[in-house]
Amino acid sequence: MTNIATHFKTMKQRTYIIFSLFIFLAFANANCLRAQDNHVADSIGKMEDKHGAHEQKDFSEVIMEHILDAHEWHIFSYKDKHVSVPLPVILIDNGKLVSFCSGRFHHGTEIYNGYKLCGKSDFEGKYEGKIVRVNANNEVESVPLDFSITKNVVALFISIFILLIIFIPLAKKYEKRENQAPKGFQAFVEPVIQFVIDDVIKPNVGEKYYFKYTPYLLTLFFFILINNLMGLIPFFPFGANLTGNIAITLVLSVLTLLIVNFSGRKSYWKHIFAAPGVPVWLMPIMIPVELIGVISKPFALMVRLFANITAGHIIVLSLIGLIFIFQSVFIAPVSIAFVLFMDLLELLVAFLQAYIFTLLTSLFIGMAVAEPEHH
Amino acid sequence: MLTTPGLGLIFWMTIAFLLLVVLLGKFAWKPIVNSINKRNESIAMALQAAEEAKKDMLKLQANNEQLIAEAKVERDALVREAHKLKENIIEQAREKATEEATNIIKTARENIHFEKMAAINELKNQIATISIDIAEKLLKKELENKEEQKQLTDKLLKEIKIN
Repeated sequence: MTNIATHFKTMKQRTYIIFSLFIFLAFANANCLRAQDNHVADSIGKMEDKHGAHEQKDFSEVIMEHILDAHEWHIFSYKDKHVSVPLPVILIDNGKLVSFCSGRFHHGTEIYNGYKLCGKSDFEGKYEGKIVRVNANNEVESVPLDFSITKNVVALFISIFILLIIFIPLAKKYEKRENQAPKGFQAFVEPVIQFVIDDVIKPNVGEKYYFKYTPYLLTLFFFILINNLMGLIPFFPFGANLTGNIAITLVLSVLTLLIVNFSGRKSYWKHIFAAPGVPVWLMPIMIPVELIGVISKPFALMVRLFANITAGHIIVLSLIGLIFIFQSVFIAPVSIAFVLFMDLLELLVAFLQAYIFTLLTSLFIGMAVAEPEHH
Repeated sequence: MLTTPGLGLIFWMTIAFLLLVVLLGKFAWKPIVNSINKRNESIAMALQAAEEAKKDMLKLQANNEQLIAEAKVERDALVREAHKLKENIIEQAREKATEEATNIIKTARENIHFEKMAAINELKNQIATISIDIAEKLLKKELENKEEQKQLTDKLLKEIKIN
């Protein structure tokens, strides 16, 4: 049984090696690669009897590693050899800018210039995943501000690059084919753009002001959509859990909060501070409730996107994990069937969450810019 | 960990996303939305123009039909008139011919009559001359002897007396 399982694993890893080789050629950074760890397992025999138990225990860690951000982009591990793309570390330590390659940490096993990438076991897990400066006695001296280009930042840049190379040439095509029917890729994307404008933005923001908010809302929709979809692709330049990262959804919802409140008109503020039909003695209760409402709306947006995408990733990875937990290749068809189902569901969720985020943002903007109704 | 937003990611996300909004807004959404709107307008206008052209066409067709009908009526009238005219001309020609023929006959009759009268007159004259000649010859013969002359003179005298 274990033989089949290991055989299966090596087969899978071989395809990973071939695939990642291409990526490496594109991303190779001479300095960083030199710093790559080259630990080879001491003895293969020693590995084999411990391997199964080790993986079973740590599969939740594997899931968390995928869900969370990282200073290097892990591609695969072969036995004890970890292959990952090292990424630049940028720190501000006591007002001083420090920058080096994350390969120097040797996957968190080494301290570089006093900087240590903390793991689960360091300092009782207090600084897990963070970079701290330690002194000679391995005591924490300071926690520098971390502006590193992490895995999620790279995924962010890739997604932005993809969006730019999709939509800017598309706009050129629109200008070139003026007043003509859409063709090719244009015809594929146009219904989506039209749907967002005509069915999401216009009815919620209102005909009068919709044009002003279109750039933000369309960008929001396609940014969330493309990152949701990229997150579903399990291979190297994709697969980062970007829209399932709370920092990303936080920025998006804060932007929504700012846009909504800065476009708030008289009637919007009147509803908060002097809601019509509410007796004056209720105001001390109503005003705080309304103010909480101002914050809670974007807060719900933030949590909804984060939780939906993260949950989807966890479920897919858990189903894959079943193969390793049961240590049986015969569980694989069941896992694959469930994963396929989940991936299809996640495909729906990818569109749905992009739609909901854009819809609710449009709705909030629409409520803020609404003219007072005349009865 | 999962619910603690990372400072670095917030920083990069804010910069990158705002940049994305600006770039896509300026170079993608604006031209795309504008050209979609423009195209929608032109489609609406083209449809309206087609509708109007259809209406004009129908109007033109109706007009044409009316024109054709009018032309037919006019043609019929013309044909009828021409027919009438032809008959008139024939009638007139016939009348004129008849009149002419009558005139010719009349003149001929008059001529015949005149010639006849002239011939009669001439005949009369010749008869008178011939008669005188005969009478002369008879007288000459009768009056050849004196006796007879006397007798005749007496007789004539007598006759005159009686009268």
